[in-house]
Amino acid sequence: MQQIPTSWRRLIIFLCALIPFAWLVFNTITQQLGADPAKTIVLFTGEWTIYFLFITLSVTPLRRLLAWSWLMSHRRMLGLFALFYGLLHLLSYLIFILGLDFSRLVSETLKRPYITVGFPALLILVALGITSTQKMMRRLGKNWVKLHRLVYLALILAWIHVLWQVRSSYFEAAVYGAIVAVLLGIRLFWAVKKNKRRVAQ
Amino acid sequence: MLIKKPSDIPSSDITPEAIYRARRDFMRGAFSVGVLGAAGMVVPGVLAEPGYVAAEAENKGPDWLKRQIASATADSHKVSDKLTPYEHVTQYNNFYEFGYNKDDPAENSKDFQPHPWSLEIAGEAGKTGRFTLEDILKGMTLEERVYRLRCVEAWSMVIPWVGFPLASLLKRFEPTGNAKYVAFTTLKDPKQMPAQKSAFSSIDWPYVEGLRMDEAMHPLTILAVGLYGKVLPNQNGAPLRLVVPWKYGFKSIKSIVKIEFTEKEPPTTWNISAPQEYGFYANVNPKVDHPRWSQATERRLPSGLFSPNIIDTQLFNGYADEVAHLYKGMDLKKYY
Repeated sequence: MQQIPTSWRRLIIFLCALIPFAWLVFNTITQQLGADPAKTIVLFTGEWTIYFLFITLSVTPLRRLLAWSWLMSHRRMLGLFALFYGLLHLLSYLIFILGLDFSRLVSETLKRPYITVGFPALLILVALGITSTQKMMRRLGKNWVKLHRLVYLALILAWIHVLWQVRSSYFEAAVYGAIVAVLLGIRLFWAVKKNKRRVAQ
Repeated sequence: MLIKKPSDIPSSDITPEAIYRARRDFMRGAFSVGVLGAAGMVVPGVLAEPGYVAAEAENKGPDWLKRQIASATADSHKVSDKLTPYEHVTQYNNFYEFGYNKDDPAENSKDFQPHPWSLEIAGEAGKTGRFTLEDILKGMTLEERVYRLRCVEAWSMVIPWVGFPLASLLKRFEPTGNAKYVAFTTLKDPKQMPAQKSAFSSIDWPYVEGLRMDEAMHPLTILAVGLYGKVLPNQNGAPLRLVVPWKYGFKSIKSIVKIEFTEKEPPTTWNISAPQEYGFYANVNPKVDHPRWSQATERRLPSGLFSPNIIDTQLFNGYADEVAHLYKGMDLKKYY
């Protein structure tokens, strides 16, 4: 990948990230989403939001562990795809499940704990998406990094959102939990190491 | 889409039954002569209904059962709502023994062997013991019942079942005065039911369910052995399942291996797993929310994306006229 020019890589990753969306559109048009397409779409877009959060948060560890420095220049786009699928998730829930009833969106968000935690996770992604431009980076300076650390909170909330919906099998939530633990654990490990080094100096 | 209100008079009440039956027999006759005459089959009522698409799926099961199902009579317990197509009824299932995604049961139950089958009758009854499915069905007149099925997950279907009233079976075993409840058990066989092996499941197998005696004896409560005029597919609970149309779908236990008359309220699987979410009664009630979603509306399947088939949920799934008296004086919020 390193040999490929950045602009080409960008296009390749962009197109790959659209594959799930294309799959969804294709299966919607050809009516292959089963008896309850609303639920299929909401689940599918929700899953891909989490997958893109996982992918985005893997960039830094991969860069450090495998020296994939080229990946760094695509982190923003990957994060924006998490936002993209997250917005599709919310929109499909609002349109196909709630029938565009905004008052029910409010009442359901307040009433159902799993939605109560899912909603702020998405709001964080929206805030990070809005502040993802170069201009905003410059404007926010040091605060930009602090703000974008909220993605860890979004990840944890998204995981709780999944966990709270478990009715019988914990398998999926357990796998997600393991990934979340690795992604956050490795950062915690580095932070502790860095701190120790600083203290030693 | 026809939304039937509980106050509606069924068309069968308006047309004198004799004429109604005669018309159905005529249509059925005409249909079988015209289309299936060569196969020499008698076809249950639903095949004469407009909008029915003949199922392609293979009709597994012993010949005696196929013959008995083929001779089922159309019953007057029939809602006029549009039927959910066969492929959705058989491809969109909750049957956690075969996996927890909706398409898992159809996929993972292919090798399940529901024949031969036997049923154990136990508890507070004059006659108990083990009976083959053939024994159970001997002399039983099968009926076709078109019922709404409301899942606790806020989707619903309309399904033409083939079965017989549970009451007619229970009476045979002479329940004693101590028999206040009926407990049901599903097969536990991890070799055939792969998800029972999962270490991540919160369900304690086998799946168990129960009804109060008067609910079990209610004429709407049936045991089904078929749907859409065919042998019940594995994913729908072959060979024998309960159907209680005014309760959420999870009460309608599948692949029953044991029926026991009990004096005390029997444990029920989802109530053990999450008591705050699933009560013993599980009556369909738009006023009592599930903690995770509202029960005020439901998606009637198939529900198109841009023409979502969202309808208001009716108390007792629209069967209030028939069953409300069973719960007279009970606080349905407490006994949910």
